[in-house]
Amino acid sequence: MTFFEDYAEGDSHEIGTHVFEADEIVAFASAWDPHPFHVDADEARKSLFGGLCASGWHTACAWMRLNVAFQRRLLADARAAADTSPATGPSPGFTDLVWKQPVYAGERLTFRNTVCSKRRLASCPGWGLVTLRAEGFKDDGTLAFAFDGKMMVECREGA
Amino acid sequence: MGTPHLYFEDFAAGDTRDLGSREVTSDDIVAFARQWDPQPTHTGEDGASLTGGLSASGWHTACMLMRAMYDGFLSDSASLGAPGIEEVRWPTPVRPGDTLSMRYTVMETRASASRPDVGFVKFLYEVETQRGETAMTMKNYSMFARRAAGDGL
Repeated sequence: MTFFEDYAEGDSHEIGTHVFEADEIVAFASAWDPHPFHVDADEARKSLFGGLCASGWHTACAWMRLNVAFQRRLLADARAAADTSPATGPSPGFTDLVWKQPVYAGERLTFRNTVCSKRRLASCPGWGLVTLRAEGFKDDGTLAFAFDGKMMVECREGA
Repeated sequence: MGTPHLYFEDFAAGDTRDLGSREVTSDDIVAFARQWDPQPTHTGEDGASLTGGLSASGWHTACMLMRAMYDGFLSDSASLGAPGIEEVRWPTPVRPGDTLSMRYTVMETRASASRPDVGFVKFLYEVETQRGETAMTMKNYSMFARRAAGDGL
């Protein structure tokens, strides 16, 4: 499983959850996105957000960590079932990222990946590009975060 | 926070701004990757890598750009945040010892149809290595407050 040929449009998996604790929000934002509403609870209360909330890039990074662990589990399953497992390549990028709702200190997001499309790469024989919709939902089901990520995946059948 | 200098009206299509540069060390690359993107190619552990050798996570490059954006202009602006990102590309790997130079070009500005006090500015951000290679491009809209009426400016 998990070679290019194994991906099907509509395949959807919950990949894990992340709780955005206040100290992690402040630590991340202090390094990368030090807007006052991401690093200071008092300033955040006075801001348009009304409370300490995570940098949108923190939300994206939380997805990435869970995604790496999820892809590792898929590879482990593949190795257990067969004697080969596919390589993955560097992501060429992503599109259509939305930050729909602030993620406040103490809130949890549940992340899900859904395969949108795939195509073989003429420029890179033996490889395909899989586009998946990544989404992060709050506990009440509200969509907080989403984007279309692109993954390079090896083909089982070669070039 | 003091009165910001940059409002919606201060951006025009074609404007460019240098957002500074920063060096990326292997310690930086590994520390970020261990926390947020622990693929072997970014943490330096053994593993097949298409790109050969240690490279920074694309998300790390995005975070370095975000910091440069904040320090370079957002902190002195009437920014109301960004609803999202239209597109990010990572064409070339970032290696240990690289120096990344960052800049923006304003692609367009448009007033909000629904909110007279807000405008949208579309940016193209470019991150380049010292070899002149493009490590990352990003296109997105940010929202800025308009100057209050009667400012006299």
